[in-house]
Amino acid sequence: MANLIRLEHIDKRFHSGTVSETCIFKDFSFMIQTGDFLSVVGSNGSGKTTLLNLICGSLPVDSGRIFLQDRDITKMPEYQRAARIGRVFQDPARGTCPSLTILENMSLADHKGGHYGLSRGVNRKRLDYYKSQLELLCLGLEDKMDLPVGVLSGGQRQALALLISTLTPIDLLVLDEHTAALDPKSSENVMELTDRLVREKDVTTIMVTHNLRFAVDYGSRLVMMHAGQAVIDAAGEVKSRYTMDDLLKAFQQVSME
Amino acid sequence: MEIFLGLFKNVLEEGFIYGIMAMGVYITYKILDFPDLSVDGTFPLGACVTAGLISTGVNPWLACLAAFFCGAGAGCITGLLHVKLRITDLLSGIIVMTALWTVDLVVLGQGDLTGKSLLQFYNQPTIFTSGPMKLLPAGLYKYRVVLLAFLIALAVKLTVDWFLRTRTGLLLRSAGDNPQFVTQLARDQGKMKILGLAIGNGCTALAGSVLAQQSESASVSIGIGMVVQALAAVIIGTSMFGRIHILNPTTMVLLGTLLYKTCLIIAMLKLPSTFLKLTMAILFVAALLTDRVGRKLRRGGVRHG
Ligand SMILES: Nc1ncnc2c1ncn2[C@@H]1O[C@H](COP(=O)(O)OP(=O)(O)OP(=O)(O)O)[C@@H](O)[C@H]1O
Ligand SMILES: [Mg+2]
Repeated sequence: MANLIRLEHIDKRFHSGTVSETCIFKDFSFMIQTGDFLSVVGSNGSGKTTLLNLICGSLPVDSGRIFLQDRDITKMPEYQRAARIGRVFQDPARGTCPSLTILENMSLADHKGGHYGLSRGVNRKRLDYYKSQLELLCLGLEDKMDLPVGVLSGGQRQALALLISTLTPIDLLVLDEHTAALDPKSSENVMELTDRLVREKDVTTIMVTHNLRFAVDYGSRLVMMHAGQAVIDAAGEVKSRYTMDDLLKAFQQVSME
Repeated sequence: MEIFLGLFKNVLEEGFIYGIMAMGVYITYKILDFPDLSVDGTFPLGACVTAGLISTGVNPWLACLAAFFCGAGAGCITGLLHVKLRITDLLSGIIVMTALWTVDLVVLGQGDLTGKSLLQFYNQPTIFTSGPMKLLPAGLYKYRVVLLAFLIALAVKLTVDWFLRTRTGLLLRSAGDNPQFVTQLARDQGKMKILGLAIGNGCTALAGSVLAQQSESASVSIGIGMVVQALAAVIIGTSMFGRIHILNPTTMVLLGTLLYKTCLIIAMLKLPSTFLKLTMAILFVAALLTDRVGRKLRRGGVRHG
């Protein structure tokens, strides 16, 4: 299968040249294949968010190269990469604009990558399409399209952020603990929704989570990060045989070292 | 009665002229969350460019347009300093404000590098004395400033309202609210900031241009305290009238400017004119405090986003 994302020999340090210098990645290479639904687990500070930040371009690499479909994007600014990469954050407030209505948020997202210009912000002709997309969420948001997003609950906002990030065709969906700020029930709902959207829209996905059950139950590939390295990387058959117990044991093992 | 009417006319004239600036500052301060001090420099810039152009015989409406674009250009520089050179928002504004002082002197000196701090252009055609204004019936002539200032403020208000509903306008609102969202939409949020600053300072310079044509003169020092006035008007407008849902923000800001000017003019009735800037500063503090108190009173009742 084709490589979608390829990280080659990445070095990443924080606070270089000071006493608090921390090396997160050293000669780190990593690949995401087209069609992967990749779950990433790992202890706090193991570099999961940093990995996503490097892929999305929120942080520059110290050395090494990053490719998206064989195109070198190492120097490409974050907003340009966003045309091909959708992202949902742990904080539900980051994925939408709170003072704009649901409709306005969707309309903006609908034109991602296109021309913004001075045409009307909300294209009423697309209303039915937005409605049908909101219905996918099963949250009744299709009846609240003129409410500002700021008044929605975290779970509703996160579901909307997920929908918005996949509204236009993208190559990669990046999820960083996107269910962590939600209560158990909403978190379950958003996870199911994620699985459904990923299947329906057939989009390659990398999902960081601390919920081991999600990591075991969902996705086609499982990675455990530790100290800037992928200590477990299982796909297909091997992945489907992983249980939560195996993962827990692996966790204890690496943290003993 | 006569005095009262005179004062009322004064409030309206000043309210509408400064209201144009306040709407610009609404864009930078409220929408972009950018405390933009370059306003103190772009207001006189608009006035000086207008004086310079009109006294060389340029059409006064063209002078308004030129003032707008000069202000927008200066706003772009503030934005570039902040976005590209990563200078803080306050300092970027101060730098541009300081630099514009020299520009204003040279513009008023009409190219003479020794500069000039005051330029009068009495008897030259202005927007208040030429064109359609000549057609006003004699009885309305003394209200021409109020009328025209109102029409210009209204035109600016409607344009800003329209713009904020366009796609780019929605993006601008997101850039202030959640810059990360703009990035996720594959847009450069820095560029949106620069655009907002350009529009805000364009409006400010336009207000300066209108004021210069009303007084048929421009001086480099008229900008002192503009930020304070405009922010006070914006804050009063949005906090006093914010609960009336049928009003949109630009209307609130215009009403806020009128209210602010009323307070200022009443306060100055008994005070010597030297106390003007002190009064402006005190009114600004009062506006900030009422805003805070109002917010406390409202807390619980209003959902926060
Ligand atoms: N912008 C930054 N500046 C300085 N240090 C950083 C920065 N981002 C991350 N770090 C450091 O890098 C290390 C890895 O952080 P990272 O956020 O990637 O961990 P993580 O695996 O996502 O952890 P968590 O599970 O807690 O989210 C941490 O020690 C953190 O302090
Ligand atoms: Mg993290």
